[in-house]
Amino acid sequence: MENLTLKKLKQNFPNSILDVTEYRGQVSIQIKKEDLLLVCKFLKDEPELKYDFLSDVCGMDYPKNEKRFEVIYNLYSLPFSWRTRLKIRVAEGESVNSVTPIWKAANWLEREVYDMFGVKFDNHPDLQRILMPDDWVGHPLRKDYPLNFEEIAFGHNKDKPPRIIK
Amino acid sequence: MRDEESLSRLNVTDFSVVPPKADSFRMTKSRIANSEIMQIKREKQDTMILNMGPQHPATHGVLRVVLELDGETVVRATPDIGYLHTGIEKTAEYKTYSQAITLFDRTDYVANLSNNLGYVLAVEKLLDIEAPPKAQYLRVLLTELTRIASHLVWVGSHAADIGALSMLLYAFREREMLMDIFETVSGQRMMTSYFRIGGLARDLPSTGEFERRVKEFIKVFPSKVQDYENLLTKNKLWLQRTVGIGTITTEEAINCGLSGPILRGCGLKHDLRKSNPYSGYEKFEFDIPTGKNGDIYDRYLVRVEEMRQSLKIVKQALDGIPQGDYIAKIPGVTYPPKEIVKKEMEALIYHFKIAEEGFQVPTGEVYHSIESPKGELGYFIVSDGSSKPYRVRVRPPSFVNLSALNRLVTGRLIADVVAIIGSIDIVLGEIDR
Repeated sequence: MENLTLKKLKQNFPNSILDVTEYRGQVSIQIKKEDLLLVCKFLKDEPELKYDFLSDVCGMDYPKNEKRFEVIYNLYSLPFSWRTRLKIRVAEGESVNSVTPIWKAANWLEREVYDMFGVKFDNHPDLQRILMPDDWVGHPLRKDYPLNFEEIAFGHNKDKPPRIIK
Repeated sequence: MRDEESLSRLNVTDFSVVPPKADSFRMTKSRIANSEIMQIKREKQDTMILNMGPQHPATHGVLRVVLELDGETVVRATPDIGYLHTGIEKTAEYKTYSQAITLFDRTDYVANLSNNLGYVLAVEKLLDIEAPPKAQYLRVLLTELTRIASHLVWVGSHAADIGALSMLLYAFREREMLMDIFETVSGQRMMTSYFRIGGLARDLPSTGEFERRVKEFIKVFPSKVQDYENLLTKNKLWLQRTVGIGTITTEEAINCGLSGPILRGCGLKHDLRKSNPYSGYEKFEFDIPTGKNGDIYDRYLVRVEEMRQSLKIVKQALDGIPQGDYIAKIPGVTYPPKEIVKKEMEALIYHFKIAEEGFQVPTGEVYHSIESPKGELGYFIVSDGSSKPYRVRVRPPSFVNLSALNRLVTGRLIADVVAIIGSIDIVLGEIDR
């Protein structure tokens, strides 16, 4: 259960855990960014926990915080059917270690976090935009990005004003 | 009419129209700084790059696959998605929780009620409310009918891709019966948004039309499934096209995050309805079909058997619908009944407040996932205490399943690419949102 996960993490990585919240029976553990790979490898390999399925990698934007972005890893254990959640806080411009060596499912999921929020991942095999067009500027799911704006459709005569009709 | 003065202020010297250059379509790209064109990695030299474009009859939507070919064998396949991206997750941050239900119906546009169920269950978990038993039974019933509908679309279009064109029409004939059932209960054939937070949108029709139609479907459907199996399962052409193609091992599938019939086709007996039950699934008896080798043929067998098991659940649910309310009675969250709204003042105020500004949801975050026909569909909802969600994240099963396409397709022929894309069962609305 979540208590077992928390107990084991406290035993093996006592300095990495920054914050633990529980809501409606689901536990979120906030860990330090540098220990991400170690904690994930431990959670996957430990025979009593066995988190072998990466359900989701998700991004969050809290613009008022100093460390603006949060990357959230939802893990699931297929043999034991329990879930846990790991969180990391990143400031703008910082990059996070990619967990692709541990779970290959993270490949496209992290690409989407990069596309939507702008968080870069080190050692990612193929970090490029996935949902937005490849030459898009801006990261849409950030809170300071507008919901809709008018996109210039035809810019071929931006340097040449049209003929003036008298 | 402009004079010389204003013309000189315009700083215009030449009024002739210059015809656009041959590569002027690139003007928009070069205008934007830091442009990143999609980098396609080449596996070998002397290979041909073929674009299986976004408009293609066999890619199940607007999916672009860039194939690197050595003769007719595929060396590398890179999917390119994003052609159907409509910003559903961002739009949901500007709508109240009830308004956002309609947005998520349209992600997986083939199995509408299952996305509906996932979102509604996640919000109910945030609010810590539970739907009454009648609503739970009806939710299970309609979700299983949706699973049958989704697998019918799959069987029809997959067979049509491989070449058995008449399967498409047979499958859609049964789907029409299901559309009629959805129309009876909610007024719409697809995008029903019938599940609401706390229960259902409205009660079953009092004429008994719904029960009659479902009984008729239960009577008719088993023979139709047998027809599909007679056409395909022992067909030599089908076996040649599907056995041994697109195989993946269980460990690799788990590592790649695959879920749903693909994982069950590899042999792992895993279903979220049994391992983490929701909405009353623990009361129903059904089996989980599995395959052996993890190829296309096993996924086909798994899905056909799932249709039969879903019908079993529908039968059990129809026989045991309990009496009671169709929606939970929680004053600030669910609408009071219309008769009381017309008589009492508090009910009128509640109705007005819920419709105007929605209901406040306590601060917190929840991840809830259900077993949709395509795999594990998860909703991660974060609320900040107001009536609009702070962030809704949809974990689409087809997105993660499609990311394994390269692994499944390498070394195969082009014709197999079409069969493999079909067997993954993707819906672009879910992938791109």
